[in-house]
Amino acid sequence: MSDVLTAVSFDAEGFMTDGNAWNEEIGKAIAAREGIDLTDRHWVVINYCRAEWKAKGEAPTLRNITKNTDVSTKELYELFPGGPGKLAAKVSGLKKPTGCI
Amino acid sequence: MKTLMILGGGTAGTLIARKMYKELDKGTWKIVLVDQDPNHYYQPGYLFVPFGMYTAKHVVRPKKNFFPRGIDYITAEVERIDADNNRVTLTDGRQLYYNYLVIATGTDIHPQETEGMLGDGWRKNVHEFYTYEGTLALTEAVKNFKGGRIAVQITEMPIKCPVAPLEFAFLADWYFTKKKMRDKVEIVYATPLSGAFTKPVASQALADMLKRKNIQMEADFATMEVDSSANVLRSYDNREIPYDLLVTVPVNMGAAMIGRSGLGDDLNYVPTNKETLQSNRYPNIFVMGDATNLPTSKAGSVIHFQMETVAENMLAHMRNKPLEHHFDGHALCYIETGYSQAVMIDFSYDVEPLMGKYPLPVVGPFSLLKSTWINHLGKMGFYYMYYEMMLRGIDVPLPTRYSLVGKEKTPTLNLENERTPKNV
Repeated sequence: MSDVLTAVSFDAEGFMTDGNAWNEEIGKAIAAREGIDLTDRHWVVINYCRAEWKAKGEAPTLRNITKNTDVSTKELYELFPGGPGKLAAKVSGLKKPTGCI
Repeated sequence: MKTLMILGGGTAGTLIARKMYKELDKGTWKIVLVDQDPNHYYQPGYLFVPFGMYTAKHVVRPKKNFFPRGIDYITAEVERIDADNNRVTLTDGRQLYYNYLVIATGTDIHPQETEGMLGDGWRKNVHEFYTYEGTLALTEAVKNFKGGRIAVQITEMPIKCPVAPLEFAFLADWYFTKKKMRDKVEIVYATPLSGAFTKPVASQALADMLKRKNIQMEADFATMEVDSSANVLRSYDNREIPYDLLVTVPVNMGAAMIGRSGLGDDLNYVPTNKETLQSNRYPNIFVMGDATNLPTSKAGSVIHFQMETVAENMLAHMRNKPLEHHFDGHALCYIETGYSQAVMIDFSYDVEPLMGKYPLPVVGPFSLLKSTWINHLGKMGFYYMYYEMMLRGIDVPLPTRYSLVGKEKTPTLNLENERTPKNV
């Protein structure tokens, strides 16, 4: 694990417990741990997630991201393979999205 | 006269209308309920129609049978809510004013949200069972199915009754076994979730059950399109599921009118305080049932458990008292598993489904997370409880608060007593 992450607190599933402790370096390190190389397009998503979280207190849904950025669902799956909602929240230092019950 | 207006006369609207009619002073308050559909549908029954367990007449009754006689019932469509001015406009142009408003407009399916879903196969070999028309059309398709692959698929979460598609898969396994053609039928369960359910313990138990019933699970399947020309489902990460019969749960959304009124989130659900059930923006608006954005299941049991909170808090607000009644996210679901067996799960915002007994600790009679005949009787008996008690304002003997008493906190995943197909 990268040094940047040693001081960071995560929950059992690897989501940061305190979104305020996040910075871009930590974001890059989490992405690296998940096997993602961050590009400008990733940052469009991450910055949007951070802004939504600051405004509303939780990670945005996929639908919300695609509605309010120029990133399509298809592209989201390419940027964050597997589960883009969860992965984008993770890299953005946010808690696991609560959307689906 | 002051007005309490209720939008939506489904399970939530009917229950709160009855409750508030009992509570409010009839000299001071009148209750106005607006709904566009004169029929009350027993939606849990939609699941059973395709397997011949219920017929069409079981699942539809006139709405007005269940409303208190003293309320004003208007059959009309709502154009918009103007919450800043406490006004509701109907599509016929009528304008109605309220002092308090309960939004109980539910959720509905939106197949048009998914590329190709409404293509050539719609209602031919692409079906749903979340509407009255849908379940009747699917009944014919199931009856006439000659064999091949059935894909049961959830498009996007959240959906109404998140266990219903699982139940459909279980019942299909049972139905085609009974018809002695299970060897000709392949069943695939495709879900956008990472497992069979959202909460870990139940997810594991249900995944085991799918496996034993020879139902393949395709997890993390985010549906991109339905291709009717090739009869294939495609996901955003380029997986394909060919089907002969697709049983889909299309995208669920709240009422379009909520969106038009600027009161909804991305899926037209109303942002609601998860404890008080008051609108986050308007203190004289309360929200119930499927119409909320709450992180709990969209299900009838949840409405039953919410009712007390909505009624108590609305009455408190009318008297300028603090809102002290807190909803805990309690949900209770029966999962019908075929062979006259069912599993029951009981959970809240904070506690995932665990093993144990319900509603009485140890005694039950219902077993949690286990497949039993008694649970099945509970599910089938709920039909009578729903029509004859719940909707008529007679207290249903299920406690509102979630309780940990009688639950096993370190669950063992034991579904041993599940009956096997040998009895068929």
